[in-house]
Amino acid sequence: MSRFEAAFAKGPALVTFVTGGDPTPETTISILDALVDGGADVIELGMPFTDPMADGPAIQAANIRSLGAGTTTADIFHIAARFREKHSNTPLVLMGYANPMVTRGADWFAAQCRKAGVDGVICVDIPPEEDAELGPALRAAGVALIRLATPTTDAARLPAVLDGSSGFLYYVSVAGITGMQQAAQTSIEEAVARLKAQATIPVAVGFGVRTPEQAAAIARVADGVVVGSALVDLVAQHGTAAAAPVRELTAALAAAVHGAR
Amino acid sequence: MTATANSYRTQPDERGHFGQFGGRYVAETLMPLILDLEKEYTAAKADPAFKAEFDDLLEHYVGRPSPLYFAPRLTEELGGAQVWFKRDELNHTGAHKINNCIGQILLAMRMGKTRIIAETGAGQHGVATATVCARFGLPCVVFMGATDVERQKPNVFRMKLLGAEVRPVTAGAGTLKDAMNEALRDWVANVHDTFYIIGTAAGPHPYPELVRDFQSVIGKEARAQMLARTGKLPDLLVAAIGGGSNAIGLFHPFLDDSSVRMLGVEAAGYGLDGDQHAASLAGGRPGILHGNKTYLLQDADGQIVEGHSISAGLDYPGIGPEHAWLKEIGRVDYTYATDQEALDAFQLLCRTEGIIPALEPSHAIAAVKKVAPSMGKDQIILANLCGRGDKDIFSVAEHLGVDL
Repeated sequence: MSRFEAAFAKGPALVTFVTGGDPTPETTISILDALVDGGADVIELGMPFTDPMADGPAIQAANIRSLGAGTTTADIFHIAARFREKHSNTPLVLMGYANPMVTRGADWFAAQCRKAGVDGVICVDIPPEEDAELGPALRAAGVALIRLATPTTDAARLPAVLDGSSGFLYYVSVAGITGMQQAAQTSIEEAVARLKAQATIPVAVGFGVRTPEQAAAIARVADGVVVGSALVDLVAQHGTAAAAPVRELTAALAAAVHGAR
Repeated sequence: MTATANSYRTQPDERGHFGQFGGRYVAETLMPLILDLEKEYTAAKADPAFKAEFDDLLEHYVGRPSPLYFAPRLTEELGGAQVWFKRDELNHTGAHKINNCIGQILLAMRMGKTRIIAETGAGQHGVATATVCARFGLPCVVFMGATDVERQKPNVFRMKLLGAEVRPVTAGAGTLKDAMNEALRDWVANVHDTFYIIGTAAGPHPYPELVRDFQSVIGKEARAQMLARTGKLPDLLVAAIGGGSNAIGLFHPFLDDSSVRMLGVEAAGYGLDGDQHAASLAGGRPGILHGNKTYLLQDADGQIVEGHSISAGLDYPGIGPEHAWLKEIGRVDYTYATDQEALDAFQLLCRTEGIIPALEPSHAIAAVKKVAPSMGKDQIILANLCGRGDKDIFSVAEHLGVDL
């Protein structure tokens, strides 16, 4: 059983996102520990990029803080490798934009992921139409390519999105950028039902989920709930001392998600 | 024209690729919209009514065809090839940008979109977009880097007069790249009613193709005008390149004329030694940004480096993907001009021809200045005068140390 399968087998999973290197690479290592301690089932580690086009103000600022601290791609893989040494069961996903992932070649990137113990990759700006850029290299290295589905992904398009993706399907519940308002619960329920009718992998829902109450409502219908900006806000507020408040929010979210059904 | 195996004019392929460049590197939210746009553009191209409306607006609203002008005193001063200009600076709104905006707003209306967004650097594309939005009565939001808002105040005021909302973008260095990020964020959140009028021949497919097609009116006119006036084709085409829309518009109709050489001129800022320039082909390498694969200014990790140019319109760390392909296959040569060379060329044209060019085509004139003396007097250089310099007089005065 892969780490993803195990993580989603226990019931609804809490998926958490923080930007790597925010505010420093060393701090991220302690924040990831806090996420696991707090009960996160899957960790998404953001790779900072100068031009995060799909992100709202909170994660944009996190990218700027991280790059401002001098975070490099090597630092991100170092963080991942340290994480894997300490946490052998929790799936780790790198999330980011295409250019830093392919700049040394997709094969190089996939090999680094494998070496560092990264289980999956989410690349915001490589849709199925451009899969050749990254997908084959990841699959050959045994790293899951996790694709996004959105409110604009209709039934005709969904098979193309699912083809070649694994790990889980990330449903972006809002047509918009990260950290904005949450979608209406009814629209999420309809969308999840629609996706689950075609998907053989778990469906996790994110964008705009900030509180344990929201997370619990989504966990009643989806296989996973993704929380990002709310955690990134805590990092912005507490900086190098963010691990404790991150652990606290994660614990509240985890309790809500795990107890939802 | 009919596509042949040897044609340079059949790109992109059906997936929007120009060789290894171009493509559709966008978030999933935008993908269905991009596919819709492609379908609608294909239908519009085959629709005589669409072309008729486009041509009519270009003639009666924009003022096309723009003149083809032989520059006698500049030619004499340089002492070599004859220098001719395609006078796109005489268009309504003062630059070539309007050609593309007319085409895209007609597409937007065909698609039933009711709100227009755009990005702008120097403000020329923003003004052109605000203009067509006023002409057709559509609300318009223009994203502009906060730094550019400050250095291009006259254009900001023009856009406001035309009824557009100008949203300053403070992220990053507050220039064109950041404005484009913000426009993409707005678009993702408003896909149902919003059309994004991209200002240059870049972005996800089909933008590089459709912007090129709308701008190709420049080269089509110039080719016919040159044949009518001289009975032959030019020996060399020269155009400045930021994203590259005026250059591809001039070059594309000539690509299969093997006797015609072409020279694209990037902005070298303070020079290519440091990173204070905007020459993506000369100083960058292939990567992925803003929906397409192309040459980008970037560091070893693929982080994008801010460009610099005296010209806000060339101050972009990427270039249209068709130029990347034309460079790679060797059909077009690319060179660069520094801020200082552009400033010198700006003054040269003012003095010799009574034409105040924009700082963007001043880079092309700088290249003309270098190559014309080495060419024969029977040879013809055709340069694209893609914008007028009224917008630039304040920054030129500042660089010349003149207090207005």
